[in-house]
Amino acid sequence: MIAGLDIGSRSIELVTLIDGVVAEARKLPTTFDPVSQCFKLLDGLRPASLVGTGYGRNLIQRLGLDCECSTITEIKAHALGAAHLFPEARTVLDIGGQDTKAMSLAGGRVLKFEMNDRCAAGTGKFLEYTAGVFQIPVEEFGPYAMKGENPPEISSICTVFAETEATSLMARGERPEAIALGLHKAIVKRTANMLRRVGLNFPLVFTGGVANNPCVLDLLAKSVGGEIGRDILVPDNPDHMGALGAALHRHHGNAADAR
Amino acid sequence: MSESTHHEMWEKLNMDLEAHDGLLEVLGKFYGDIYLSQENRLKGAEYLDFVLSEVHGLRIKELQDAKAQGRKVVGTFCVFVPEEITLAADAIHVGLCAGAEAGSELAEQLVPRNTCALIKSFIGFKMAKLCPYIESSDMIVGETTCDGKKKAYEAFNEIAPTYVMEVPQTKSEAARDLWKSEVLRYMKAVEELTGVTITAEKLKEGIKVINGKRRALQRLTRLRAASPAPISGRDALLVNQISFYDDPVRFTAKINELCDELEARIETGDGVAPADTPRLMLSGCPMAVPNWKLPYVVESSGAVIVGEESCIGTRNSRDLVDESGETLEAMIDAIADRYMKIDCACFTPNQERLDNITSLAKDLKADGVIHYSLLFCQPYSHESMKVDKALQVEGIPMLSIETDYSMEDVEQLKTRIEAFVETLA
Repeated sequence: MIAGLDIGSRSIELVTLIDGVVAEARKLPTTFDPVSQCFKLLDGLRPASLVGTGYGRNLIQRLGLDCECSTITEIKAHALGAAHLFPEARTVLDIGGQDTKAMSLAGGRVLKFEMNDRCAAGTGKFLEYTAGVFQIPVEEFGPYAMKGENPPEISSICTVFAETEATSLMARGERPEAIALGLHKAIVKRTANMLRRVGLNFPLVFTGGVANNPCVLDLLAKSVGGEIGRDILVPDNPDHMGALGAALHRHHGNAADAR
Repeated sequence: MSESTHHEMWEKLNMDLEAHDGLLEVLGKFYGDIYLSQENRLKGAEYLDFVLSEVHGLRIKELQDAKAQGRKVVGTFCVFVPEEITLAADAIHVGLCAGAEAGSELAEQLVPRNTCALIKSFIGFKMAKLCPYIESSDMIVGETTCDGKKKAYEAFNEIAPTYVMEVPQTKSEAARDLWKSEVLRYMKAVEELTGVTITAEKLKEGIKVINGKRRALQRLTRLRAASPAPISGRDALLVNQISFYDDPVRFTAKINELCDELEARIETGDGVAPADTPRLMLSGCPMAVPNWKLPYVVESSGAVIVGEESCIGTRNSRDLVDESGETLEAMIDAIADRYMKIDCACFTPNQERLDNITSLAKDLKADGVIHYSLLFCQPYSHESMKVDKALQVEGIPMLSIETDYSMEDVEQLKTRIEAFVETLA
């Protein structure tokens, strides 16, 4: 059994492979004690090798597990996961808890990538924070925004300033759904620019937790001019792609292709 | 890092002793983590460790001793200030502190917040009384290599009188004439400062000494083309950094010894990393001591750095001054010509730099290039896009990094650099 563990800023995902086939997929919030969360995820499992990815990838060395441990970056992990499920993929977009990454692929390998700068502008954290301002769970924020019409332009993508802007728009009498839609548009605008910088080619695979947000997906398709399901592909469990990619890395490592 | 025996000297230099002790402590720890932890290091690195451990100690004492004998100290910020001329007037030429986040908040009283870390750092070092080089300088020389610097020198001049050289922004005939007149003006200023008249004989000697230093650095650059890499990028950067501080004759001798050792290593196929380690070249903004963040992150991400296309790197050593001139006039022309070859991003257009980067990357057999721009450094940030295009044509991948001296983005840098290395493996 090979396990991939994606230790992100918001959540930790685990995927195990037996003979190259997914056996388990688990997920827990990261919390301030990620090591305990990793143990909970690994409960009852005895992988022969464990591959860590994500911000906390080096934590796996501290778990003291009796198995072979290695790490890869989340950029490679998401690319491997995406290329495994969609071998025709040319571009991968991963919007996670604190980072957005865009990668162009050639033959399943990363050619070029971009990643947001140090702040969490336009990431899952941005959506979580602004959803909080609307007192809506983040999972419901996308559907809520889709009810909006004539969204006002949100010019700031900075998580803190966007809240200020949203608040002043509310004070001006804008409908909250429209403001929520405006916030989603702001994310997509930034993301589309990043995709263009790496050279956007279809099909694009959208991974990471934010791929679960139907409003972001819809706006993205409109922004980059692709059709969902044909040009823009979302895996069934987009948040597990990092962990899947990590496990696949080791699986491929066993085969002839060490890459 | 230095012994407390230097306290009296620092006190005389009107430094903030408590803050300075704190700085040295942080520096010492940083140096230990980044440098002393390296495996399979060169014997010649002892020199680097010693010079750096005494960077604010024995070297400053040397400067003070020389001053007591009537010699003058010229402090500079840039590779455009002709060291040959400083030496010809029997003065000492040193680079000033600008590589750490020291006194940055203080600096924001003099320059805007959105100013690059290097500028904030040299102003901060002065305001916080942390740089014994500034305090030892009889003359501080600035230059107009970017808008940020030229305006910063106006402000800096109020707290530390600064002589400014006008560096042109094109390579036209008129620009070369302007630069030559600036070289002559600098020569006069140094003569006035020292009371020494620069003769052809003295200038010839100055040119020889500084060319010698550059030849040693060129030799080091060439040896780094070997695979496996015989020296870590961190140590090579340190050599380049020390070239701005240490006595040039001693430095040249020590670096040539280090190169002998490298040659012996190359002979036996010994290296600091296995031969299949991805080889990266750094390109872009200068990295003054103790700005070791990026090289450290790169070399802890499974890569080895094989070259620095930077002012604290090949831009400082690539070109020599023609040594054939016999008259003062001919030598000044040779100096002016040599410095006009510097491919600083302040020049427009600046095709030379693109050509130099691609040929250096090929010579050093670099698998990829990391372009480093300091946040808010317009010239190098702009050029990073051009460099990327030029390297693409050659099939050499590039990663563009924009950062400063703070540690807040280390984890993100690690992810990017590791991912870049993964794409090369």
